[in-house]
This record gives sequence, C-alpha cells and structure tokens, in this order.
Amino acid sequence: MGNLNDEKAINHVHTPVEGTPDKEPPKTSVGVLGWLKENLFSSWFNTILTFIFAWILYVLIKGTLSWVFLSADWNVITKNFALYFVGQYPKEEIWRVWTSLSIVSLLFGFSSGLWKGTVRQLSVTLSVIYAIIAVMPFITGESRVWLGINILFIYAGMFAISKIPKHKVITITGWLISFPVIIFMLHGFGVFSEVSTNLWGGLLLTVLIATVAIVASFPIGVLLALGRMSSKLPIIRWVCIAYIELIRGVPLITILFMAQLMIPLFMGGINIDNVLRVMIGATLFTAAYLAENVRGGLQSIPRGQHEAAQALGLNSTYRTTFIILPQALRAVIPAIVGQCISMFKDTALVAIVGLIDLLGIAQTIVANPKFLGKQMEAYLFIALIYWVISYSMSYASRRLEKNLGVGER
Amino acid sequence: MLEEFKSDTPLEEREDIIVCKNINKWFGKLHVLKDVSLNVKQGEVVVILGPSGSGKSTFIRTINALEEIQEGEIVVDGINVSHDVQDIEAIRKETGMVFQQFNLFPHMTILKNITLAPIWVRKWPRAKAEKIAMELLERVGIPEQAHKYPGQLSGGQQQRVAIARALAMQPKIMLFDEPTSALDPEMIKEVLDVMRELAKSGMTMLVVTHEMGFAREVADRIVLFDNGEIIETGSPEELFDNPKHERTKLFLSQIL
Repeated sequence: MGNLNDEKAINHVHTPVEGTPDKEPPKTSVGVLGWLKENLFSSWFNTILTFIFAWILYVLIKGTLSWVFLSADWNVITKNFALYFVGQYPKEEIWRVWTSLSIVSLLFGFSSGLWKGTVRQLSVTLSVIYAIIAVMPFITGESRVWLGINILFIYAGMFAISKIPKHKVITITGWLISFPVIIFMLHGFGVFSEVSTNLWGGLLLTVLIATVAIVASFPIGVLLALGRMSSKLPIIRWVCIAYIELIRGVPLITILFMAQLMIPLFMGGINIDNVLRVMIGATLFTAAYLAENVRGGLQSIPRGQHEAAQALGLNSTYRTTFIILPQALRAVIPAIVGQCISMFKDTALVAIVGLIDLLGIAQTIVANPKFLGKQMEAYLFIALIYWVISYSMSYASRRLEKNLGVGER
Repeated sequence: MLEEFKSDTPLEEREDIIVCKNINKWFGKLHVLKDVSLNVKQGEVVVILGPSGSGKSTFIRTINALEEIQEGEIVVDGINVSHDVQDIEAIRKETGMVFQQFNLFPHMTILKNITLAPIWVRKWPRAKAEKIAMELLERVGIPEQAHKYPGQLSGGQQQRVAIARALAMQPKIMLFDEPTSALDPEMIKEVLDVMRELAKSGMTMLVVTHEMGFAREVADRIVLFDNGEIIETGSPEELFDNPKHERTKLFLSQIL
C-alpha cells in the first residue's frame, strides 16, 4: 500500500509567511486606581451605589465580627465537641471511629499519590483541617495523637504508594472494601463489643447515610435511566418511568417516614435496623433523581455516535458501556454532583424520624438547660461543617469536569 | 460468504457481493425508496449521485441496516439483512461505514477509536489491534496523531481517522455517506486521495458524493438517484457524456 503522505499539503504545517508582522493587543489593565474608577466610580449613579453597598457591608461585617468574638459563647461547641462528630458513641470504644477515619485518611493519601491534582488538593485541605482541630485548646491529648496519626497517614500514603507494586489495584480495592470494613469496625458484630446504631450520631451518622445513599443510588440510577430510554423493552421502560415519577412526586421526608413504618411491614416482622431503613429510603429517593440526570446525558449524545458504534458491529452492551455511558455521564457530572450535595444536606431530615445526625445532635445539645439560648452558636457551627463538605464536593466536581474536558468536541 | 476474488478477474465475471431487490421504504407516509434494485460486484466501485433528498443516503444506510426496509430483500456477502440482531451484526462486521460528520468517539484517543471494535468484536489481542491500527494510520498519512483526541484534529484528519477506523475491522465492503460534504475545500483532496488509493487496492465501495471529478475518475459505475428511485446507471463516460434520461441531463446541468 502506498503512503499517502507524499504531498506536504496534507499535514497543514503552518509555515511562516511574509506579510504584516503581528502587533501586540492594546493594553487593557490600568492598575488599581483604573480598576476602581472603571468598576466602582464610572458614573455618579455607580458612585452612590458603591457607597451604599460599602456602608451595608461595613454594618454587616462589624455586627458579625463583634458577635463572633465578643458576645457569642462558644462553650456550647467546645464542651460538646466530640458529640457533634460521633454522637453518643461510647468513649471507651472511640478508638474504632479513629481507626476508621485513619483508614479513610490513608486511602486519601494513596489516591493523591496516584492521581495528584484535585485529590491531592483535597487531601492537603483535609490535613489542614485536622491540624486546625488539633491545635484548638479544648481538644484532649488522646484526640491530638489520633489527629497527628491521621495527618501522618495522609502524607505517608502520598509518598509511599508509588513505591508499592500494583498501587492502582491496591488503592481501588482499598476504597471498595473500606466501607464494609468501617461499618464492621463501628458496629462490632460480635468480634468487638457491639455498639448498636442508635448510639451512632453526629457527623459520623450524616456522612455514613450520605455515602450509602450516593454510592448505592448511582448504579440504580444509571440502570433506571437506561431502562427508561430502552425502546426495545417496553415493560421495563414502563416500570422505570412509574418508579421514577412515583418517587419524584413524593417529598423525601414522606419517603423516610414510609421507610420507617412500611419496610418492617413488608419484611413480615423481621426487624431491620433503624439506620439501615433510613439508608434504604434515601437511596431509593436519590436513585430516581440521578436517573433523570443521567437520562439528560443519554439524550444529549448525538445520533451519529450510536450509528458509528452500530456500523462497527458493536453490540448494544458494548455500545452502551464504551460509547454512550462514558460521554453521557461526563456531560452530567455537574448535575450528578449537585444531586450528591443536595443528598448530603438532605440527610438533616433524618433528625425528624428520630436519628441523631449532625442536626439532631445540635437540637439535643441546645435542649440541654445548661446551654439555654445558645442555638445560634450551635447551628452556625454545624452550618459551617455542612458548608465545608458541600463546597469541597462542588470544588472537586468543577476540577473533575475541567480535567475530563480533554478532547471535547 | 463469498470466496476471495482474484483481482485479475474481469469485473463482469465476478460474483455479486451486494444484491438489492425491489427495496421499498417509507418514513411515515413519505415514500423514500421506490422499488430500488441494485447489484454490486466484488471489488466494484459504485458512485451514487443525485439531488439532496433523493434517497441516496437512505439507500446506502439500508445496506448495513442502519435504516430498516419495509419491503424487498438485501443480501450482503451471502447474509440476508433481516430483523435478526445476529445477522445484522454479522453484516456490520463485513461492512465499514464512513459518515458525513465523521462520528469519531470524542472521549477516546485516535488509537482507541480505531482499536475498539477489533478488540471487542473481532476479539483480537490488544497488541495485534494496535499494530494494525498504526499501519492504517500510516496508510492514511497521520501516524503521529495516534495519541491525540479527535477534537484536536482538523476535519480532513478526522475523516481519514474515520476511514482507518472502518478499515481496521478488515471489511469486505466500504460504504461512504457524503464523506467530504462537511469538509473545508482545502481538506477535501486529502480524503479523496485516501479513497482513491482504497479503490485501487480492490475494495468494494459504495460512495454517495457530490465530487464529480472523483466519480468520473474512480467509479466503475455511476448510479443516479432522484425522488427515491434509480433513474439511470452506467459507466462514468456513458452517464456524464451521453446521459439518456431527461432528469439526468437536468441534474448534470445544475451541478456542472
């Protein structure tokens, strides 16, 4: 076969040609004063607006800062610090929670050693948060040691992983088995002394419920979306549509109540753990919304992609796995992460069905006569925790989107 | 399946690799293919011409079952195009297709684009698939682009990758659906060069195109479509220089 590259024209090499030399674009930045003039004081009306907003900002910031540093009583946080994080988990068994956290830290370290970029930034942020907590004056010595160990694990994992053979396999399997291992650690299941789930609480419970709901609902949501889009299997399509529309038509709190009351009924008297019931309810709920997000992605794939895959002789399973789903999921990453963030925050509703999650624990604490009238401090603190975690997720998703943008059409 | 043909056999004595008998197709109530019959011999290059909306693209897409037909019969390489998924997949293995919009997979590198089907459909080991993919990229003149993504290539380069991707399955038939219509004028030549070389190598080709120069030079036979039916067929000389049918003359007068 002849090489067709004989003609140089084929390669589109840009050769420099004689002509007008390129000029620099006109300067746009004109220093701080110029920026101020252009953006804040460009007309008399804007000048007035600038002063009004500056005054409002001043009042707001002054009020906030003087409250935070002068009038607020942060004892409601410092005296109950452990409660916010682990609820009523027994003090003598608390090492099991720390060990679980250490596993997560180590895995974060491994991942950031492998994939760098966003994961590394998140891990560093995590270690900074550990460090900030560790230097707080009210933290016990034992907690400081554990926090130190966690920081050490992050950085040790980061540097050690590349020296271990099969590091990718180890890291991914690590993440996969970490969750059952952690549940096992926390509960005990007879190996350690049992800590029943009604003692789990605070941020620990919030994170566990959110993780299960997000991780378990993902495959279910993708299958529901594929089912809803399937033209060859009408019965499956109708079942998927019915499920999605039914769930989306009902508020989460209703589903949580139904999970509390109806799952025991359906299971014919077999007692299912309270926390597990809530997890099932949250998973079923999130799956329906995820399915709709994924469906949006599936519909955004041009017909030509399906046809090209068909023309190559790929069967429908291969077409979906290699061509359609990867593109569809990438297109809806922002929507999916948005759903995850919203699920994470929605876990606050489990406080209503009697679980002591982060919100539940704050309610319990401020109900204590010792901390009467300290709602502001307590709720502000848990709001900060929710914000830090939600913002990290949204930041990670923006970075992920950017990184996956390679080869965008 | 048909035996490999010998390239020195004259065209008339070769066997038909595509047999279409009285195909009819409707989109809703619109009758888009009307009793179309066409046989294609092994190694023959057939160029399909016709005004837009005449059904020529629809016709070429019925051959690898991207479009279903409602009446008639299509036999490709001895396999009947039916509703049977396995038959359809078997036919698609033997026919490569190149689209107007390239339709490369934007989330995969060029090399992955080309090796995907050989690895999963032909079940070749990765090393073999990659070796053949690199040979094909060499053949279409862009081996240095193997690890880039489609979005980083020019239109002409993308279309050449699409041809390489189709060839990687080692098909017996290549279908081209207006392969140069979405290209900037300066890139048309590089794609036509690849197709010209492919035709010389003895590939059976069905080409829908508006490139008259290419049709005249490369085609063994030209088929003119209008309004869902075949108006005239013949060698390039017959059709271009001595068109018999009124509508052929009209079409040629509009484009030449």
